[in-house]
Amino acid sequence: MDFSQQISQYILSGLATGAIYALIGLGFAIIYNSTGIINFAQGEFVMLGGMFGVYFHTVHNFNLAVALLLAILFAAVSGVLFERLAIRPLRRATPLGLVIITIGGSILVRGLAMLVWGKDTHALPTFSGDEPLSLAGATLLPQHMWIFALTVLLIVLSKLFFQFTITGKALRACAVNQRAAGLVGIDVRRMVMFSFLLASGMGALAGIIIAPLTMTSYDVGIMLGLKGFCAAIIGGMSNGLGTVLGGLILGVLEALGAGLISSGYKDAVTFIILLLILFLRPQGLFSRGESERV
Amino acid sequence: MKIRSVSYIAVLLALLFFAGVSSAAESIRIGALFSVTGPPSFLGEPERNTAQMVVDEINKAGGIKGRPLELVVYDTSGDPTKAVQLATKLIKDDKVVAIIGPSTTGETMAVKPVTEKEQIPLISCAAGSKITDPVNPWTFKTAQNDTLAVARIFEYLQKRKLDKVAILSVSDGFGASGREQLKGQASKYGITLVVDDTFGPKDTDMTAQLTKIRGSEAQAIICWGTNPGPAVVAKNVRQLGIKLPLFMSHGVSSKKFIELAGEAAEGIILPSGRVIVADLLPASDAQKKSLMAYVQNYKHHYNVEGDHFGGHAWDAVMLLKKALEQGADTPASIRDQLEKISGFAGIGGVFGFSPTDHAGLTKDAFVLVEIKNRDWVLVD
Repeated sequence: MDFSQQISQYILSGLATGAIYALIGLGFAIIYNSTGIINFAQGEFVMLGGMFGVYFHTVHNFNLAVALLLAILFAAVSGVLFERLAIRPLRRATPLGLVIITIGGSILVRGLAMLVWGKDTHALPTFSGDEPLSLAGATLLPQHMWIFALTVLLIVLSKLFFQFTITGKALRACAVNQRAAGLVGIDVRRMVMFSFLLASGMGALAGIIIAPLTMTSYDVGIMLGLKGFCAAIIGGMSNGLGTVLGGLILGVLEALGAGLISSGYKDAVTFIILLLILFLRPQGLFSRGESERV
Repeated sequence: MKIRSVSYIAVLLALLFFAGVSSAAESIRIGALFSVTGPPSFLGEPERNTAQMVVDEINKAGGIKGRPLELVVYDTSGDPTKAVQLATKLIKDDKVVAIIGPSTTGETMAVKPVTEKEQIPLISCAAGSKITDPVNPWTFKTAQNDTLAVARIFEYLQKRKLDKVAILSVSDGFGASGREQLKGQASKYGITLVVDDTFGPKDTDMTAQLTKIRGSEAQAIICWGTNPGPAVVAKNVRQLGIKLPLFMSHGVSSKKFIELAGEAAEGIILPSGRVIVADLLPASDAQKKSLMAYVQNYKHHYNVEGDHFGGHAWDAVMLLKKALEQGADTPASIRDQLEKISGFAGIGGVFGFSPTDHAGLTKDAFVLVEIKNRDWVLVD
């Protein structure tokens, strides 16, 4: 096996991981844009997606598709509950206060998940078999195709949603200026709740489609959440392509770093990138100014 | 005044009488430190359950020389500081004659100086080889060293003339210790490590490391870690279509691993204690009787299969029992008797202690097993 094949394997593996980071990152961006909050509990919704999926599929024996839909539904409802119980009562709090609350909330969700489902790691079956596919000298699993396909689908759908529906436009209006949005008759509170619904649903989907590959347990949310956050930062907290590219770049760099330098530095790569971006280009790699956060 | 002195004498007599009565059936108190909660609870819980089960059984059978055993268990939650405090409590307040546990190497190393100073025998259930190397007069252990597991794999590789090996270990205490052993013993078996890579305990994709291995001239892969990392490695190996034989450590010798890795677990070979293959062993196996008794009893009491970790506690209690049966009842005499035990077929292996060996096991404590049809098969 020659060097170019190795590189293509690194890049394809990286893209698959990156797609997940992108999905999680989009959740961060959606909430940030409608509320100004960095929701550090986003990773926990990813965990909830995976764990609800395992719960419905293995404990209640629903078939995989049903379990998947139920898991997304339950995680999204948890997201809304989280907003109602932890964020909304404190709408007058400072952004910093709200960020701290999301951290506290994430610890609570994690603790509850541990109490209810225990500390074990669980696996879901793959969606369509385990036979590896060969692609440009690299091998991937059918599950990776699901990840790519669902990520692309979701990104296209969300793009259409934000561009062409009233609710999507209202969300964008909130992102530009909440007060003005309120003045023209947009129910800002409902939009905030809606953004939590979207973000936690997306996170949950990410949690489920990776569970067959990476397995899931009550504490997977922390690291995935941070990686997603990093993707969103690279993308300048945009609701669209920026964050997606941010996730993909992150995934590929991680894989290349682990393969070519040393696997010990895999997570370090992420955080060095995060710091560099925050120092040098806090508006993200792709945006030119503050106003383009949509 | 007369009445008073009479009553004094009466009280004195009464005290003597009760003292006499209680010494006749006085229980032997042994202490136990397990991390029943906290991150190592997967060790501490079965250990506590097993120790309690064995002590109850001994008492039901009339105790040791007519004296019942009393087990005082404290939960360390995996915290070395807490373990030291509780060890002191066991010695000073509960006045135990010996201590079983703690569950992890870190806690054991912290408790060791205390038990040594107070001269109380400690039978640790943790695996780290530094617990008994160098030998400390008051410290014993029942869990198998990873040295022995590594030796088992290398022996197998040597027999099959596979001398270029890639190792992939998790970057935590277990993986670091295994990696050290793998690197240290390789040359003894004429094996070269062509790739030496690591992965994080929470990593979710190891294709990068494995791609590197695929590009090397390795003839076999050894992965050293505890769940869930090795299950991801197994899946990634399958994904990348790597046909090299894959070896794992005894850290994954549980059904949980097969459940997590699924199809990808097929064909993996690993060293393991005999507990998981108790029913496959030939009747001639020295440990068969102990193993069957333990596995069936544990299942009966707790409705789950007994595992290796509980087995470490089983061995610790039974070793103590053996020492007590030899007439030991003070900490010093228990220590002396423990050191004389030989040929004791327990769960972890056949124990034989000596003044220079307080781990007491040889590499025969491990058998090699292969995963076939989601179950274990013995390999020789």
